[in-house]
This record gives sequence, structure tokens and C-alpha cells, in this order.
Amino acid sequence: MSIPASATTELPGLHAAARRRRPARWVRRFLRNPLSAAGATIVALLVGCALIPGLLAPFPGDAGPSVHFDRASRPPGAVHWFGTDEVGRDIFSRTVYGARVSLALVVAVLGIALGVGVPLGLVAGYWNGHWSSAGIMRVTDVFLSVPPLALALAVTAAFRPDLWSAMLAISFTWWPWFTRLVYGEVLSRREEPYVEAARALGQHDAVVLIREILPNVVSPVVVKATLDVSFVILLGSGLAFLGVGAQEPTPDWGAMVARGRTFLPNNWWMSTMPGLAIFVAVMGFNLLGDALRDALDVWGQ
Amino acid sequence: MRDFLLRRLVQVLPTVFGLLVLIFVVSRMIPGDPVRLALGPEATKQQIAAYEEKLGLDRPLPAQFGHYVAGLFRGDLGESFRTSRDVRLDIRDFLPATVELVTTALIVAVCLGVPFGILSAVYPNTWVDNLSRLVAVPGVALPRFWVGILLQVGLAYQLGLFPIVGRATRAPQSISGLYLLDAALTGDGTAFLDAARHLVLPTLTLALPTLAQVARLTRAAMIDVLRRPFMLVHAAYGVSPRRMVWRYGLRNGLTSVLTLVGMTYGALIENAFLVEVVFSWPGLSAYGAAAVLAKDFNAVVGVTLVVGLSFVLANVLVDLLYGYVDPRVRYN
Repeated sequence: MSIPASATTELPGLHAAARRRRPARWVRRFLRNPLSAAGATIVALLVGCALIPGLLAPFPGDAGPSVHFDRASRPPGAVHWFGTDEVGRDIFSRTVYGARVSLALVVAVLGIALGVGVPLGLVAGYWNGHWSSAGIMRVTDVFLSVPPLALALAVTAAFRPDLWSAMLAISFTWWPWFTRLVYGEVLSRREEPYVEAARALGQHDAVVLIREILPNVVSPVVVKATLDVSFVILLGSGLAFLGVGAQEPTPDWGAMVARGRTFLPNNWWMSTMPGLAIFVAVMGFNLLGDALRDALDVWGQ
Repeated sequence: MRDFLLRRLVQVLPTVFGLLVLIFVVSRMIPGDPVRLALGPEATKQQIAAYEEKLGLDRPLPAQFGHYVAGLFRGDLGESFRTSRDVRLDIRDFLPATVELVTTALIVAVCLGVPFGILSAVYPNTWVDNLSRLVAVPGVALPRFWVGILLQVGLAYQLGLFPIVGRATRAPQSISGLYLLDAALTGDGTAFLDAARHLVLPTLTLALPTLAQVARLTRAAMIDVLRRPFMLVHAAYGVSPRRMVWRYGLRNGLTSVLTLVGMTYGALIENAFLVEVVFSWPGLSAYGAAAVLAKDFNAVVGVTLVVGLSFVLANVLVDLLYGYVDPRVRYN
């Protein structure tokens, strides 16, 4: 997975003309595009679902292991928008709570991946030529030589299958992407005059790295992180679908799809509806990521 | 060319070694004592000790690693706790189904994606272009296991056009393990059609998001090429538009498409894990997923190793193709 396809859909230089980074301008440019606005709306809704699911879900009690056999396996309708599952829980409510699970996964994975990957990339880029840099980058290559899902799957074998092990496993596969990105950025930045000037002033290496170089690396990292959100959601739901991620009764979208599959084809809503949520969420973050990339124009140069 | 291949393969060695270490470390992190898992709760102390000795688990980690690598060179991946067979034999049985699925998906994605991309580059902002955008933008956001279920419900259950799950009603006589190829080689027409019908939905599921990516990238690359000055010169010399696109444009635009295809291969392999589960496809990924759930660590290591190695080799192959497509790439 792994290549943000969106990164290739726009021609480089298309926005180069309008690249003065005044905030007002990029905010305006961002909002002008209806697709960006759609992406932002979807993401805002998801964040809302994650923060206050109790207010948005019509049957908040159904997020847990509750059972209502009197309304089991109802097809989508006016009361239960997405239908109910085999024990009568409202699928729409569970889907709303699922946003919390997915976003928690994303925050944890990106937090760990950034926390590990960015410092390693900074070090490897700044002291390029030193053995430690070579070491870091070789290890990075090794991690990148296994497709993330396969590696994450292998890692989850080491733990009890639950949300936490899925988080760990995905983080384990994710940091090298940031190391490689930051490494490349630092390589190109460290030769610039202002870095040399800071060094000539006798600044400590660590200060130069953090005060002069790091701020310049932030925007590609932010854009990559935004585009990565959708991949992490897909990967996480994939692991849950395979049964090594979040477990019942946690309302995880992937796990719900897997569980609903047992009741195909008659109770089709049980697995298609949570799957739809994955699709919409991923789509929203993709649109937002694309829009941010164009607005900040990181890779258009 | 041969020197380049050799050099490239030598470059790959540290990565492969690192991969071995990584997978080994991951597999030894498995708590809950694989021996106890394998022998069950009834096992006596002596049985456990004997089994540990048999697997070499009583020795220090570096020694275990040495033993493991030595085994690899003999083609020995250990025994699967779950199936009680050699992991090597299991992989040999399950690999062809995955290879068949991934290969057909790659062919479909490239053979449909590239022409689609070219068409929308040549006729930008027409219905072709809009259609490809309409498919491509959501295409990459589709969770493949969900697409698989939708196709299953719609085309297999409702309309009965395709089989719901499985690889074939009757397997053709085995030569390579690839059913389509085997059926063609033995001239078994019914088996060929049967295998093809089983292959349609899994292939489509696996290929669709990739197809979208390939189409968009081809479009971007082609638009970039068609705008270059040399295309104008060709036009001025009266080269026919068709020849310009296919002969001069495509050749120049293909390099970036190739890069994508190389990476795509990894995406297809890992997504095969999900697609195989949906369609009960008896492949390596389904085997690997079951092994993970059963904490069958020899099998997990074997599958991860095969996936990692094939990914590494695919990238070497793409490097070689660069030179074929783009003569400016020199191998030294």
C-alpha cells in the first residue's frame, strides 16, 4: 500500500505560481475547492463522532456487549438507519462509536511513528556519512522491504489479538516512512546558507538541528502524516477484519465487517454498512490530505 | 547488463540478511511459550524439554539464529505446529494460488489502467477523463475486503454470475499449480473456464484500487510528456498523432508508471491477505493469516520471508526494466 496515489495525480508546478505562503491565501485557496471542503466536512464529522459519540449515536448503549433479541437482524429503516446486527444492536450507533476506535488507532500509530521516525531521520540526515546514519538507513530499508500489512500481521502474532497489539504492530511498520522522508529533507536543507551561518556562529549541532532545520521539515511531515491517516485506517481495519485487531464487543469497523460476513447474503447490511464507513472516512482524509498538500504545496516544487 | 544484475543482487544481500534478523526477532518475541502451545497443557516436563531440544530453543539466541539460517540454506523452514507438516511443503502447496491471483490482478491493473490513463491524457477534460477521475479518486479509498464482499453479494449471490468462493470446482492436472496455466497446457477446456470464472471476482477486487492508481499516474506522466517541446517537433514533422502517443509519448512516460508498478506489487501481495480471506482462496496469505491466529510461528516466519523476498526481487526486476524502457538509464 503505501504510495499516496494522490501524490501523483497533480502535476508538479501546477500551483507553483501561487506559492507565497501567506496563511490567509492558502486558507482561501483551500476552501475554494469543493472537494477540499467535502474532505474537511467528513473529517470534522468523524472527529465529532470520536469525541462525542454518546450525543450522535441514537442507541449509545449498543456500543458494548448489549443484547436486544427483540430487534435482532432488522434491515436498514427509519429507526435503525444501518439496520441491526444478529443480537439486535443498532449498527449505525456502533459505526459512530467505531470512529473513536479508528481515530484512536490513527493517533497512536502516527504519534509513535512520528516520535520514532522523525528524530531518527533528523540524526541520519544531519550526520550523513557517519556510521550511525548508515546504520539507521539500512535498518529503515529492511523495514520497508516487507509490505506493511504482512509485517504488522507477523508482529501481531507475538501478542494477544486486540486493539493495542494492532496499534503496536502498525507503528512498528510505519516509522521508517517518516525516517526516510525526514532524512531526504534534512540532506537537502543542511547545506543551505542559514544552516552554515548558524554553525559559523558556533551553535551546538543539536541547536542547529532543532532550531534551524526542524522547522523546515515540518510541512512535508504534516502533509505525509495527513495522507497517511487513510492508509492507517485501511491497515487497521484490515487487521481487525483478519481477526488480529480489535475484538468483540469493541465497535471496530473492520471487525464488524468480518462478523457480518457470516450472515451474508441475506443480512447484507451487517457487513456492508460498517465497510461504507471505512470508505467514507478514508475518502475524507484523502481529500483533506490532497487539499493540504496543494495548499502548502510541499511536493509541487 | 549481467554485471548490473549481479551488482544489484549483491546490494540486496544486506537487506535480505536484515529481513532474516527482523523476522527472527519478531518470531522469538512470541510469548506464551510456543512449545506449550504446540504440545498442549497435558505435556510433561520431559516432553517439553525434549521438544525444546529438538527445536533448539534451549540454546542462546545467536546460536538459534545460526541454526535457523543454516536450516534456511537447506531449504528447511521448520515444522508448522498447526498443520504438523513442513512449512516448506505448506508454502509450496499454497503459493501458486497467490501467485496466480496477484499476477492476474497486476495484468488487469496494468493492461486496463495504462490505456485508460493514456486516453484521459490525450483527451483531457472529456468524458473519458472525467470517468477515469470518477473511478480513480474513490478507487484508492476502497477497502478491498469490502469491495470483495460487495461484488460477492451483487454478482455472485444475487445474479449468480460467478462462483461465490473457492478456486475451482475441479482442479486441473497439476503441473505448475497455476490452474489457468495447467488447464491450458493440458488442453482441459472445461477446467480452464471453471478456473477463470472463479478467478474473476477475486482478481477484480484486488485489481480495482491499483487500476485506479495506475490510470491516474499514467495520465499525469503522459500529460507531462505530451507537453514537451520534442512532441511539438514531431508534430511539425508530420508524425501521425497515433504514432506520437504510442511510440514517442508512451515510451517516455512509462518510467514513472514502472516505478508505481514495482511498488504496487507489494500492495497487491499484502492486500491478497484480505481478498483471499473473503473468497476462501486457498493461497499463501490465507495460510499466513490462519498461522498468525494460531501463533504458528514457523509458518508466520516462512510466509513473511517469502512475501519479503518476492517484494525485494520485484524491485530488482523493475530496476532492470527501467533500462529496457528508457535507454538513457545506464547500468553502471
